[in-house]
Amino acid sequence: MKKSPIVTIVAIGIGAALFFVLGRFISIPSPIPNTNVSIQHALLAFMAFLFGPIAGALIGFIGHTLIDFSFGWGIWWSWVIASGVSGFVMGLIGRKSGLAKGEFGKKDIIRFNVCQVIANVVAWLVVAPVLDILIYAEPANKVFVQGAATTLINVVAIAVIGTLLCLAYAATKPKSGSLKEE
Amino acid sequence: MTNLFNYIERKSPIHELSGATKLICLLLWSFAAMITFDTRMLVFLPVVSIFAFSVSKIRIKDISFIFYFMLVFLVLNNLLIFLFEPEQGVKIYGTRHVLFEIFGRYVVTSEQLFYHLNVILKFFATIPIVLLFVCTTNPSEFASSLARVGVNYKIAYAVSLALRYIPDIQREYHDISLSQQARGLEMSKKQKLTKRLISAVKIVFPLIMSSMERIEVISNAMELRGFGKNKKRSWYTGEKFRRADYLCMGFCLLLLLVSIGLNFLNHGRYFNPFI
Repeated sequence: MKKSPIVTIVAIGIGAALFFVLGRFISIPSPIPNTNVSIQHALLAFMAFLFGPIAGALIGFIGHTLIDFSFGWGIWWSWVIASGVSGFVMGLIGRKSGLAKGEFGKKDIIRFNVCQVIANVVAWLVVAPVLDILIYAEPANKVFVQGAATTLINVVAIAVIGTLLCLAYAATKPKSGSLKEE
Repeated sequence: MTNLFNYIERKSPIHELSGATKLICLLLWSFAAMITFDTRMLVFLPVVSIFAFSVSKIRIKDISFIFYFMLVFLVLNNLLIFLFEPEQGVKIYGTRHVLFEIFGRYVVTSEQLFYHLNVILKFFATIPIVLLFVCTTNPSEFASSLARVGVNYKIAYAVSLALRYIPDIQREYHDISLSQQARGLEMSKKQKLTKRLISAVKIVFPLIMSSMERIEVISNAMELRGFGKNKKRSWYTGEKFRRADYLCMGFCLLLLLVSIGLNFLNHGRYFNPFI
């Protein structure tokens, strides 16, 4: 089944809305300020893996912007961009997966998790702190500790929740060749 | 749910500006405030935004609860900066005037205090204007203004889809949460953190799966109506630019130019009073 571009657009819209609702109402604060245990990043990883890099980038970017908007504390651009980057990287590596067709075996689990570790490191350990330093001139060791904490929390959250999400989604899709002649 | 984005309807010159103008101004302003660390500019920007607030007829009590959040964030952030790098100011400004010592490497210098002042001012230069934008721009106007600014209309449409479906998804989340609680899922603060996490997951999964179905339904509906066939589309809430719109955009552009200019004038991003 070939996907129409409209599916991607709708996926961006609904994905961003989900990202917003999850991030806004179900975040659990961690001991480090400005850093949350966030289910929305597991959703982002899952949706980027399913719908590709453009959808991933925009879901992260739009969703995070909306969250910052609605809290009204202003947009922390460096982290918003990092969210987009993590979705983009995730979609870029994962775009050839068979998840849309309901295939998600052991190999895919490993690939999904390797992808998400790379995406998180790039986004939260490189992009977010570097932008923090460039835009807000914050001390390097502070932002890298924050970045490392976020990376760690996100990797763990995505490894558990994201993987389960993919498995659950794959189970809802009928696999090709699942019908047998009797 | 309508007040999720804190849009406050009043009659004021700022409300009457078109959404696209406010978005462009917000972007120009944000860049101007992001680029500079010149203290004079960082004092000027908050003063202008206070003026803009008084014009917009948004009262302090409308937004006071957000100020509380901001204050907590600000204090925490500054404490952390000092904890991690008490010499950041010295690094930036290149001189060292010790005021008094606390202990060990925690020495209070006037450079550090000045740096903290800048961090705080930067906060007040960037945040209130976003707040003003949120309070004075109707969310449904937001998407059309994105298209107006030159963003591809398909992406603008994705944003408006997100805004449209946030209340729906929220309601669904609430419904699922209630029905799970009726089955005995404990969500209150009495529960341990890990258990609460697990129960959150039990609510989130059905929510995400049903949203996946929603994606299919909506995209089929849009495809049937021929969405994306043409290169352009019109918007119900689009408005023409007026004189006030051009004036505001001009002013914000000027701010950005001044901010870039100051970078050259100061030979760097910082205004240094210590030399």
